[in-house]
Amino acid sequence: MVIAGNPNAGKSTLFNALTGGAAQVGNFAGTTVEKLSGRIVLPSGVAQVIDVPGTFSLAARSPEERVAIDALLGLGGHPVPDAVILVADAPRLARSLYLAAQVLELEIPVVLALNLMDEARATGAPPDPAAVSRLLGIPVVPMVARAGEGVPELLAAVDSALVHRASSAALPARWPAALEADVTEITAALPPDLACVAANHPGRGRAVARWLVLSADEDAAPVEDPRLRKHLDLVRQRAASAGRDLQTELVATRWAWIDSHVPLLYRAVPRQRGFDEAVDRWLLNPVVGPLAFLGVMSLVFAALFSWSDPAISAIESVFGQIGDGVNAGFGAWIAWAPRAAAPLEIARDALVGGVIGGVGSVVVFLPQIGLLFTFLALLEDSGYLARAAHLTDRLLRIAGLPGQAFVPLLSGYACAVPAILGTRGLPRFRDRLLTMSVLPLTSCSARLPVYTLMIGAVFPPTLVAFGLDLPMRPLALVGMYVFSTVVTLAAAIVLGRVVMPAESSATILELPPYRAPHLPTVIRLVFIRCKQFLREAGGTILVATMVLWALLYFPRYSVEDLVPPEVVAAHADEPEVLAALAEPLATERSFAGRIGHVLEPVIAPLGYDWKIGVGLIGAFAAREVFVSTLGVVYGAGGEATEDDLGLRDRIRAEVRPDGRPRYTPLVGASLCVFFALAMQCLSTLAVLRTESNGWRWPAFVVTYMTALAWIGAFATYRVGTWLGLS
Amino acid sequence: MSSLALLLPGKSAWVTEVGGSGSFRRRLLEIGLVPGTEVTRVGVVAQGDPLNFKVRGATVCLRRADADRVLTQGSVAAAAK
Repeated sequence: MVIAGNPNAGKSTLFNALTGGAAQVGNFAGTTVEKLSGRIVLPSGVAQVIDVPGTFSLAARSPEERVAIDALLGLGGHPVPDAVILVADAPRLARSLYLAAQVLELEIPVVLALNLMDEARATGAPPDPAAVSRLLGIPVVPMVARAGEGVPELLAAVDSALVHRASSAALPARWPAALEADVTEITAALPPDLACVAANHPGRGRAVARWLVLSADEDAAPVEDPRLRKHLDLVRQRAASAGRDLQTELVATRWAWIDSHVPLLYRAVPRQRGFDEAVDRWLLNPVVGPLAFLGVMSLVFAALFSWSDPAISAIESVFGQIGDGVNAGFGAWIAWAPRAAAPLEIARDALVGGVIGGVGSVVVFLPQIGLLFTFLALLEDSGYLARAAHLTDRLLRIAGLPGQAFVPLLSGYACAVPAILGTRGLPRFRDRLLTMSVLPLTSCSARLPVYTLMIGAVFPPTLVAFGLDLPMRPLALVGMYVFSTVVTLAAAIVLGRVVMPAESSATILELPPYRAPHLPTVIRLVFIRCKQFLREAGGTILVATMVLWALLYFPRYSVEDLVPPEVVAAHADEPEVLAALAEPLATERSFAGRIGHVLEPVIAPLGYDWKIGVGLIGAFAAREVFVSTLGVVYGAGGEATEDDLGLRDRIRAEVRPDGRPRYTPLVGASLCVFFALAMQCLSTLAVLRTESNGWRWPAFVVTYMTALAWIGAFATYRVGTWLGLS
Repeated sequence: MSSLALLLPGKSAWVTEVGGSGSFRRRLLEIGLVPGTEVTRVGVVAQGDPLNFKVRGATVCLRRADADRVLTQGSVAAAAK
């Protein structure tokens, strides 16, 4: 079975109510479109139900958009559905009927779930379900999915539809004769796969032909078959030379039918709800609106950082304790089998540092991702997200992006991985690519530990300017966020003009009515997103962390190889002190340390040395690894955090060969700029690869961001030096 | 001939022609902006860009440049209806 419907018609809520919240997430074959499937229990047995992404129309210009018609007709490897549940928006029935008209033409058993009846009743004149049923010739069930009202009735209606298999029939719209002739001609030219679907359903062939007319135009055709493409072009050009436009004729005929019949479905004239416009008067007000927006965003970000903190600490301590437990277990094992000590130690360190550390570094993302998606779902369900997109549209237009890019860009400040998944909502692939390419420049939460460490360690607490003592550190942090926002938009302007020039993108946003979010639906969505993150990005992060661990761990040296003999003798009965002394030396000679030395000439112009180089290698896997890697390099222990005073003091104490401090405020600033601009996240690259279908875009993004980071950090360091700063 | 971009808040007009091309044009048609449809501008003048319109019971937001491609005829005062 297939469940389809308009966006904002409550389809997710209904799917949730029918399947009891249990859903599997996958992708529709050959696309990145998310496929939700679940099971519903009917009186006559269990049925599998697939959720088709919310859409106004079946028309398609890309494989992503083709999913809807493929799922409904059982094309492209989809199972042929036995019945379709069409979710309609009762208060805005005309809009739902536009999709319904197309689905009915396909001649498949359809049951209409007339949802949001509570909102429709509030207008004083809900549509009459019996009249809708008579008009469309299919069973209609009035529902309030969020309250569970109408669910048993819907199940019964679906069950009987499965038994009777009564196909729907096209609505008797008054098609213009010329259009009908064109449709007949295209029907006769259908390629075998489409013709086969229409074999026993004469109306379905015409429906597919109309779908082709609507989907194909001068710059896109959703079909592979070259003969059919040519035929469609021919029919369109012939119509154009006769002064006709096929798409307008088709869409206008459907709307004309809907317009003439919708009034018959109501017993009275519905009252307009003035509430939304009254609220919009304030929330979209040119002065109050942006202020309210900034207020909401500050709240979201404050909550994102402060609420996730205890959960992150808890996860870190749990993984720390597991590591300690494994360490203790291996300690006992080594004591029992001292001959196998060397391999056992390596196995222990691989398990603790590599596997447990790696899994921990994946799971530690979950609190922020979960919270981010909770806020996004709440904002979206309430209707505010569309208003926020409205308010920020001006900025995005300057950047050459559509208004819909707002949500992914906003998510990028928490984590680029879910944000890139969020670009799926953009209608044009070019806009998706552009958004994905600049998204990694938004200041994600993984940069925060680095900023905090650097700013805390090397910036003076106050800045004297204009005769005022300004709090330097908070200002510097806010400055990094402003910097990142400006660079992201600037990069979109440049890439949009240079790399992928195109006609400016259009924004067609719908402002849905304000509504209280439905919590069970929100929770289910967040749960699905978290699972998706673990599946799609988890593996890559895990592998990257383990590789990095190995680079820092091998080759092995004994303490005696590293520490001068007189020091060994002095601390002979204090193995912990010796180990602490040996660790930074081992790091220097490890593979990562050697790479750091090789890297030094490249990063010296930025004011960095090989130790920072090792940190940067670590940071390439994931930015926050920089802090713990520096902890290892400076011998503060691998458990270092950005709040660790020991690490800060060690950083301040680092000196250059000539005795000047290594970390000046200028080097700190250069590092912050480097981190703001550099592509240092394997997970982002992994998601970019799957979402852009290849390595080309991830390679491009790494290249331009690395160049930008080097130039940015170099400019910061050199200009600062030139200005006499240190 | 006028366009949606010139419509004042609170005023309505009828769509005569939808310009543009490709998916943009198709989406405008499909959300109901077909010739003959009545559209009302909502919001206030100071909002500038993007503009909000009421079409068939839904509120749709378009950039001024995009709204300019939807040609309209006859502006009627919403209050007069």
